[in-house]
Amino acid sequence: MLSQDARDIIYNGLWKQNPGLVQILGMCPTLAISNNVVNALSLGLATAFVMAMSNGAVALVRNLIPHPVRIPVFILIIAALVTVVDLAMDAWAHPLFLVLGIFIPLIVTNCIVLARVEAFASKRSTTHSILDGAMMGLGLTGVLVTLGAVREIIGKGTLLSGIDLALGPMARDWVIPIIPHYPGLLIAILPPGAFIGLGTLIALRNVLLERQASRAARPSVVTSQ
Amino acid sequence: MSPSLRETAATALNLLVFSVVGAGLLSGVYSLTRDAIDKTEQAEKQALVAQTLPGGSFDNDLVRDARPLPVDPLLGLKRPGQAYVARREGKATALVLEAVAPDGYAGEIRMLVGIHADGRIAGVRVTSHHETPGLGDYIELAKNKWITVFDGHSLADTPAERWKVRKDGGRFESMAGATITPRAVIKATHRALQYFSAHREQLLRGTP
Repeated sequence: MLSQDARDIIYNGLWKQNPGLVQILGMCPTLAISNNVVNALSLGLATAFVMAMSNGAVALVRNLIPHPVRIPVFILIIAALVTVVDLAMDAWAHPLFLVLGIFIPLIVTNCIVLARVEAFASKRSTTHSILDGAMMGLGLTGVLVTLGAVREIIGKGTLLSGIDLALGPMARDWVIPIIPHYPGLLIAILPPGAFIGLGTLIALRNVLLERQASRAARPSVVTSQ
Repeated sequence: MSPSLRETAATALNLLVFSVVGAGLLSGVYSLTRDAIDKTEQAEKQALVAQTLPGGSFDNDLVRDARPLPVDPLLGLKRPGQAYVARREGKATALVLEAVAPDGYAGEIRMLVGIHADGRIAGVRVTSHHETPGLGDYIELAKNKWITVFDGHSLADTPAERWKVRKDGGRFESMAGATITPRAVIKATHRALQYFSAHREQLLRGTP
């Protein structure tokens, strides 16, 4: 059974403090890469992996870092880790590198990574920090994939296009044509589509929360009869 | 030394230690991965260059048989590029030139232009571009066969005023909605052929 702390961390990362919908951090890659599901999922998982690693590494040495220079040290650790991941993937997982390669260096500049290191990993235990990094990363992945799916369906009428780049030629037939003979709507694929899509997702989440709040505020009249 | 100065020095030293450890880690990983990365890079480049040539038209290592190309307006290169000589049994059969179309709809279109020794196009491939997805990106072979329209054509069979899209009175088709992109690619291919014919002897001469 998970401890209350661990459950809070998971709930925060995936929903309550979701990096994409609530903290609105790391927007540059979110908006740039979410034009289809495969890209979104790939970048999301790579970010989650780096966040778990950097959170863990910083939590491990957090007592050795002098407070005034903590930010440069954090950046140094994140950049070093990302470079290691980048080099290792290029050397030993080349097909994956070809798909994710351009996104990996981008992760250094993703402020959500630094934000979690500063707000969480510099104060908490190593295992909790790793969990927080992974959950925040997965929360972002969820938003990216949802946004990617919406933009791909509206923009191209398909799902999973480009999956053969991630999983090899055998996956070429996995592309799902949602709307056959769809002419496409370019704006959904281009950057404006990202802004409109993300705005819509944030609005939906807020509507959902308002509903929940108003339901909680009104005690059930029906059962009292 | 005053206490505050000592604290500053300690902080700086700490930062230095982190930097040195980080640099050490990176150089270690770099030297571990360098060979594997070099090898795949070479193989990729070879495969890319080989795409512009018909299969079996060469038996040499194209990447090893590369020679520098100067910055020349005909090739559109901003930095020196490379030409790859294809040989069969030691005899030069074709040449692959790096070329850039500077006037794409969204910036540079980088290309490889394969040319048979007799001056006919063997194949053209786009290696990188920023054209609009869904409109101008049909210049990629992965998206469309369009880029093969050049195969077999030469300066001899197509006069200069016919190196244009059909809409402008040329011989090459283009897709509705995007003509700036193919115009740029056609012009760059034409210029690469001109460069080849001007420097043919020099480019094909010599043994590996």
